Amino acid sequence: MVLIRQFELRCAQSYQQQKIGGFCHLYVGQEAVAVGSIAAVRKDDYVITAYRDHGHAIAKGMDIHPLFAELYGKKTGCSHGKGGSMHFFDREKFFFGGHAIVGAHIPLAAGLGWSVKYRKEDRVVLCYFGDGAMNQGAFHEALNLAGLFKLPCIFMVENNGYGMGTHLHRASAVTDLKLRTADAYGIPGKDVDGMDCLAMYKMVSSAAEYCRQGNGSIFLDVKTYRYRGHSMSDPQKYRTREEVAQYQQHDPIGRMEKYLQEKNLIDDAKITGIAEEIHHQVEEAHNRADADPYPELDDVWTDIYAQPYGPYRL
Amino acid sequence: MPVIQFREALNQAMCEEMDRNPDVFLMGEEVAEYDGAYKVSQGMLARFGPMRVVDSPISETGFAGLGVGAAMVGMRPIIEFMTFSFSLVSFDQVVNNAPKVRHMSGGQMSVPIVFRGISGPGQQLGATHSWTVDAIYTHVPGLKVVIPSTPYDAKGLLKTAIRDDDPVIFLENESMYGNRGEVPEEEYLIEFGKADIKRSGTDCTVVAYGHTCLTALAAAEELEKAHGISVEVIDLRTLRPMDTETIIQSVKKTGYCVTVEEGYPTCGIGSEIAAQVHEHCFDDLDNSVVRVAALDVPMPYSKPLLQHVVPGTARVADAIKKAIYFDK
Repeated sequence: MVLIRQFELRCAQSYQQQKIGGFCHLYVGQEAVAVGSIAAVRKDDYVITAYRDHGHAIAKGMDIHPLFAELYGKKTGCSHGKGGSMHFFDREKFFFGGHAIVGAHIPLAAGLGWSVKYRKEDRVVLCYFGDGAMNQGAFHEALNLAGLFKLPCIFMVENNGYGMGTHLHRASAVTDLKLRTADAYGIPGKDVDGMDCLAMYKMVSSAAEYCRQGNGSIFLDVKTYRYRGHSMSDPQKYRTREEVAQYQQHDPIGRMEKYLQEKNLIDDAKITGIAEEIHHQVEEAHNRADADPYPELDDVWTDIYAQPYGPYRL
Repeated sequence: MPVIQFREALNQAMCEEMDRNPDVFLMGEEVAEYDGAYKVSQGMLARFGPMRVVDSPISETGFAGLGVGAAMVGMRPIIEFMTFSFSLVSFDQVVNNAPKVRHMSGGQMSVPIVFRGISGPGQQLGATHSWTVDAIYTHVPGLKVVIPSTPYDAKGLLKTAIRDDDPVIFLENESMYGNRGEVPEEEYLIEFGKADIKRSGTDCTVVAYGHTCLTALAAAEELEKAHGISVEVIDLRTLRPMDTETIIQSVKKTGYCVTVEEGYPTCGIGSEIAAQVHEHCFDDLDNSVVRVAALDVPMPYSKPLLQHVVPGTARVADAIKKAIYFDK
């Protein structure tokens, strides 16, 4: 969580320094969701998410250097500088992106689930999306298929209350989101506190067990909050500073520190030590990526076809 | 050599590939228990069972996307659209997810999927059900677009499509499913990007594909009989990749070029061919390229109006005569 937090804060800095282009959606405040849930499943379980994907990529074990390099558009980026902030991928870590069209990756999660069922594998799919995605047709079509075919998928809405600048209450006719899957698609839903890493861990552990036993999919309404804007270019006129401050009192990292201190598993010195160590790690990866070369211009012709048939150059 | 229907050729291709590779499955509306809306998948459910021949709900975005997700981990889905007019409901999955995952992941994962079904004006179905989608999908880098005109080509190309590691749009035509042709019993594949000269000639090159190839051949025969005009008909077979080399060689020989398509003329396949021909054969041309396409209007329902909009033999023959300055 600390690594994700510091990575994101460095991203904010780099964005302001114009090292990062395009849209950049930070995960600050939501760290417990990715960390708690991904820790609860196995390394070879599948993860797929939307465009706020930095946290999931790190939680899934991706090294942060190729992530910085991707953000800076460098050849050494995880997608060779072709994808950018919203399109992190790592096939070897079973991380299937990083998808930027709202809700469009949810049918892909059903497809990953279909492959697991078809091949009779012991695997689950973690699929994340924002509350804004729940009004997209792709969400409903995918959940109907997942319910119909009983696919081993855990669908998690990272409900941070806003689809960009529009509050959930102004976007959804039914705001108790779990009600929208249980009766409609036969996929039971539960609420979980996404600011509490251990709650996430426990909930996803039992959800994964449910899926592995062939019961079908689970839906989790994960209550969370993002401290930063929707993207880096968001002036946040739709909410007050007080509202943000109120959520920050329940900061997932602070809560975890408190918990560990109460259990005598960590002390202040150790906390400071971890923060410093991670700070160095982040700075080192950032510096290295910053110095890395851009792709060659001819690289635009690669990574398009697995079986290419000659370039289309007019 | 056995003579079989176009639909049987497609059925054989799918069955052979499913026998060959357990990761190949067919999913779409009415493909299983109904035996296929156009009976292309007849008997496949009984042979392969419900996990491999799968009825989907009417949910194009859902099942097209499901196919893409399954393909990302190496499965080889064949996704049938009852018609490609309905593929537009899932346009985002077909043009954003299928062809761009490889690119955006820096080549880490491929999407070996086949989207197949009918495209073209059909039998008086009205504007929304009558899309000719070839130019739309050919526009998209990352996709491959295949459109056969004979049962032989259909089988060979579909087998190649299923084995291909990239997303393939495979376009069929409702009115051609019953067409018969020779298909050998032994296995064969047809390489993408290789046009086939369906009729050799010396006076004019006609570039066509899919259903329009049959129209072009009929026009060529008519002109040969009536006026002794020798028309060369090139069947592109795949639009992306497009075999421009075969077109160029033919136009260098004949000096004239006509393109035929059932889609719209504005930014159509003919526009692309005309550009290529003018670019590569400018000094060999004795006239500009003449395009034959649907009229630039939504497809009407009424039969005489529809026949007026969709190019038939007479329009193709007239275009050839115009192209070669034949004025008798």
